[in-house]
Parts: sequence; structure tokens; C-alpha cells
Amino acid sequence: MKKVPERLIDENMLRVDGRRWNELRPIKLEVGILSNADGSAYIEQGRSKILAAVYGPRELHPRHLALPDRAMLRCRYHMAPFSVEERKSPAPSRREIELSKVIREALEPTIFLELYPRTAIDLYIEILQADGGTRCAGITVASLALADAGIPMRDLVVACAAGKVDGQIVLDLNDVEDKLGEADVPLAMMPSLGAITLLQMDGMLTVEEFEQAINLAMEGCRQIYKLQKEALKAKYTAIKEEVETQ
Amino acid sequence: MRFYENRQLVTPGDLLAEGDYVAGKNTYRIDNRIYASRLGLVEYGDREVRVVALNAFYVPSVGDLVIGKITEVNVNGWIVDINSPYSAILKASDVFERGFKPQKDDLTEIFNIGDLILAKITSYDRTRNPQLTIREPGLGKITKGQIVKITPTKIPRVIGRKGSMINTLKRETGCRITIGQNGLILIHGKNPDDERLAIMAIHKIELEAHTSGLTDRVTEMIRREKGVRDEEGS
Amino acid sequence: MYSMVISRVRRRQIAQLIAGGKRLDGRGLTDYRKIKIEKGVIEKAEGSACVYLGRTQVLAGVKIGIGEPFPDRPNEGVLTVNSEFVPLASPEFEAGPPSEESIELARVVDRGIRESNAIDLEKLCIIPGKKVFIVFIDIYVLNHDGNLIDASAMAALAALLNTKIFNYEVVDGEVEIKPGFTQLPVRNYPIAVTFAEIDGRLVVDPWLDEEEVMNARLTLTFDKDGKICAIQKGGSGALTKEQILEAAKIAQKKAEELRKLVVES
Repeated sequence: MKKVPERLIDENMLRVDGRRWNELRPIKLEVGILSNADGSAYIEQGRSKILAAVYGPRELHPRHLALPDRAMLRCRYHMAPFSVEERKSPAPSRREIELSKVIREALEPTIFLELYPRTAIDLYIEILQADGGTRCAGITVASLALADAGIPMRDLVVACAAGKVDGQIVLDLNDVEDKLGEADVPLAMMPSLGAITLLQMDGMLTVEEFEQAINLAMEGCRQIYKLQKEALKAKYTAIKEEVETQ
Repeated sequence: MRFYENRQLVTPGDLLAEGDYVAGKNTYRIDNRIYASRLGLVEYGDREVRVVALNAFYVPSVGDLVIGKITEVNVNGWIVDINSPYSAILKASDVFERGFKPQKDDLTEIFNIGDLILAKITSYDRTRNPQLTIREPGLGKITKGQIVKITPTKIPRVIGRKGSMINTLKRETGCRITIGQNGLILIHGKNPDDERLAIMAIHKIELEAHTSGLTDRVTEMIRREKGVRDEEGS
Repeated sequence: MYSMVISRVRRRQIAQLIAGGKRLDGRGLTDYRKIKIEKGVIEKAEGSACVYLGRTQVLAGVKIGIGEPFPDRPNEGVLTVNSEFVPLASPEFEAGPPSEESIELARVVDRGIRESNAIDLEKLCIIPGKKVFIVFIDIYVLNHDGNLIDASAMAALAALLNTKIFNYEVVDGEVEIKPGFTQLPVRNYPIAVTFAEIDGRLVVDPWLDEEEVMNARLTLTFDKDGKICAIQKGGSGALTKEQILEAAKIAQKKAEELRKLVVES
């Protein structure tokens, strides 16, 4: 059983993992790591580890389920039984069902669904290890998997959470901060278009604090967006450098 | 106004240009701004901005030559997997004479599940699946050779400007190479070793499609491999 | 799950009116439909309430049970919120396990009650670590004409305000029921305010047709002190930061109005 810390922010204004209020956890991104999926990507954000894969667009059977004028995005957010402190049953929980829905709704606005009528785009997000912020990291990595699959998008969708911990508005809450803090505001956006596609909040905030949290989350998103772009280009940039300098 | 250099790598959402441009392939426009919708190399024309995608699935186009695999046989014809979100249809009437009402066995004898065919797309629109024909010379069941699958957006690179790349491949490996626009390529050589060389070369092209000096490097690689193989053989 | 096909003409009609600041039923952009709240409609339930929001009708029932607390919260009672989109409420509802919309609604209503600490769960502890009261809130949608979230949140709150727990005594480690009842102590009054974004404008309390044409939905839940305790964006569209902050200001005021209705009904 984990020990519960007394304070989440110490006298040096450092958080339990040594970060300052506006620092992101270390992030690692990799694209195109599964050979069978049409697109895939992997993220580590702090101690959260998440894998996303895309199949599609592919024809949808049975036919009557398909939409006549656009593709259907289906999303499954799922936690592995060993991903959390106490083993979680593999059956989808209500939380996973809700998150599957809000994640799908965060990504739908970016895909040109009308280009592929009667098909389905299946997105699978597997949480291999959870340490807070999994829906946000899941959206961030899912965008890369969609781009890796060559699905045309308006923009990469990037997500980050801000919240209130020990009275302070902070960026990118880890698991302990999420569980013991005063509020959590996950947010997803398309940075090029300034469009927010996911927004939730639980906890207690004044309207002013909420505005601070949104601004901070959007700032975090912009930083992660740069990392997304780099990760997407990485494979090709490496090859280009390698062969053109021979 | 252009925001990138020609042939620079761009990602979805990148603002490529502002002004009176036409939004070409793999881009989209909001007001007078053109954004990329896929990962690829941006190309600026006089009036048009487009992105040469590094990775995209095949969307059928009328007139395209494609290599497909039969996945279903029914009384009306065959359903063909053409490596696209949509499966294609080869009608029985394309193969049999008009008026002849074939039994399912007749169809199975011509093409059965698992057979590979070289065909052409005759029609395709948003409401129906693409239709195929094998009536033209050279089309029909594939019986010899090996199939390579690459991402369809790189097919033009395998062909090369005015056929420069594919002619190089044919010449250097001595193989017959038939290119399907849907990303499948048929290679038929004098022996499996030659075919393997061609396959290696094609994979290299796929990996390095976005770089320059590729034709030379491919030629060099084939010759080097052939040299090694000849040495080992003797 | 998929929207009913709304005729293009109607879609344009709705959008045009809203652009002019009006809605098809004559309401202003920040007006709620007529609201009627009835408490204590199901005598067998420990608490209940029925909310009519325009033609949307939602019934909430509260049942009190006794059970084990969660292992990591041995001194707290348990709150659980469930919702049923019963088939008679709409041609779109099918019998079977809860749909994602039903689950989302239950969780959003739960969030409002839980995060605002409306119920002091520690007061529901009977024998620490062994026996606690379980508060089951079941939301039953009876007619779906739009904005189920706000109607359900109000119904749940009204039902809680109406909930009586039987008196008891602990004898030899067993709970014995005694005559008489005690009102469930409710110390906060969370109210959800939902917007639909249609063609760049925000409208409060969307009805069914507006929900069919909206791009996105935004729900903000406020507590009695005007603090936000839950937010949920829904729908496949996007919102701008400015829209969200504008919605928050409007919602804070509307929540105040609705709270009066629920508490005083």
C-alpha cells in the first residue's frame, strides 16, 4: 500500500516529484511501432505508459451499422489489469466507457470523416501503466497513431491537464496529485485552430481559478504539440540525415 | 505567402500558405489559409499548394491498374481486396459472354478465393464500391512471381520521373515489374534471387522515398548485392 | 446512438433563428424551458422527485441500503448514481445494458454531488470499517426532449432533499431499525447548466431538435457558493476558450436561479 504524503507542495514550492507548478512530466513519444496496425504510437508521460493503434478506414460490417455519408470513429480506452495499484478487472468499467466516449469526441472534430463513407476507423488505446493523466496522454498518442495511419486530419489533437493542488494551480497532475488534490481539469485542443475538443473538470474551483487552469492546460498542450510533431517526423528525418550524408 | 521551403517535411495542421492558392492534395483550406492534412513533403506550385504524403492508404481512381486478391465468390461475381478501405467488385458479366447465366461453380473455376488478379478500375463513386475489369490484354489471374506491398503514396517514386526508377530496376535486376497503383507490385524474374534483389530495392525506395539521390543509391545497392551473390555462387 | 435525420430545412431554420438571438420555441438564448418539480412522488423510495423541463421528464429515486464501506474509506458511507434511459422515453432508446450516454450522464450527475460534498459521507457511517449507509440514486428518464443532464441533476438533488433515513440502533454489532426517520443531511446544492453550441452561438437548455443540430455541448455544475464542481464537454465539435469562459459566467447566474427552484419546491 502506498504511503500518503502529508503535503503535495513543499516549502520550496516543489511538488512530490520535484517539479514546479508549470512543469510537465518527462515525455517520450514513438510512432509506428506495431507492424499489423495501420497506424500506431507509444507515449510515456511520467510513469504513465500508453499504446495507441488504429485500424482503418475499413469497411464496416454489418452494412446497416455504417453511416452512409461518413466514416465512423470507434474508440476503446482500456486499462490493462496490471496497470494500476490494485489489479483491475479486464471488463470495461463505467469510467472506461465514459472515457472512450469523451476521447472519441475529442478526436472526431479533426478527422475528415466525410471522405470515407460507410467505413469505420477503429482506435484502440491501451493503458499499460497508469499514473495520472491517462485520458490526456491517450489523446496525444492517439493523434499520432491516426497520423501514422495516413488518415487525413485538420490538426494533431494534443491534450494536457491542469489542476489545483495544495491551493496552487499546477500543470500535468500525476496520480497522487489527482487523487488528493482539489481539482483536475483535463483539456484537449487543436492548436492550429484554437479549438478545444475535450474539457472536463472535477473538484472545486472558482471561476477565476478555472480560467487560470484552462490557460495553463493550453500552455502545456502547446509544449506537447511540439513534441508530437517531432515524433511524427523523427523516423523520416533520421533516414534523410543518414542517407544524404553518405 | 509561403511558410515552408519546397520539399520540407510538414505535419497535419501545419499552416503552409496564406493567399490566393488552390488547396491541392493532402491539404485543406480555411478562408485564405492552406493547412496540411497529412504528414509529407510540401510542394508549392504557381497557383497550388500540395503535400506529397509519406503514408496514406489507397483510394481507388478510375483507370488505375491494381493488383487484388479474391476474397469472396457469389453468383454475381467476385469481391476483391485491393488494399483499400473499400473492397472492389468484379462482375461475372465482365468475364462471361452476355446471356450466359453462370453457376457459382463456373465462377470458382475462373477465380477462386485467394487468387491474385491484375485488373483495372472502371468506376468508383461515393455510394458504391469500385468496379473492376480484366478484359484488357495483360489483365487477369496472376500465376507467377512475387508480390511486394508498399505504401501507395510511394508508387510514383518507384516509377520515377519519366520511368527512370522503374527502368533502372528492370535493367539492373532483369525482372519484369508490374506496378499496381494500389501499392502492390508484381515481380517476375528469371530466378528467385533476382526477384529478391528487386524486392530489396523496392523496400529501400519505400524507406528513402523522401530523400534525394535515391536512384543512384538503389543502382549501387543492387550492383553491390549482385556482386556479393556472384562471389558466393562461384 | 446516431442522430435522427433532421431535415435540412429545419436545421437551417434553427441556426438562422439562433443567429438572430431567438429560438424555435420563442425562448431567448439564455432561457430555460418551463420547469416543474415534484418531490416525494414514490412513497416506497426513501426519497424521490420528478422534474419536468419543457417536455423532458426525469424521475429520480433514492434508496438507502446498508453495506460495507470501501476498504480505503472505512469511515464513509457510499454514494452511487445510476441512470436508465428506458425505452419508453424515446424511439432512440433500446432495452439492454446502459449506453455510453446513459453512463456519461450518471457520472456527470455523480460528480456534481460528490465534488460539492453535498452529502457528508462520514455522517453515514454506522460501524467504522464494517457497516455504512449506501445511498443509491437512480435516475429514470421518462421522456427525452433534450437536456437530460440538467433535468437529471435537478431531479437527483430534489430527491436527496426529500430523503429520509430510518432511525437505527447498533445492538451486538447488528443494525436494528427503530421507529421514526431522520432527514438526510444535505449541505450543498449542485446545479448543472448545459449549453449547446450551434453555429458559433451558445444556447442554454437545448431541446431535442437543438441537440440534433448542435456541434458541441458544454455542461458546468455550480455549487451554492458559485464555485464550479464539474465540467463536461460533449459532442463531436470544438469550442473556443472564449466561448467556454462566457458560458461559465452565464451558467453561474442560471445555476443560482435553478437552485432556488429546487430547494424551495
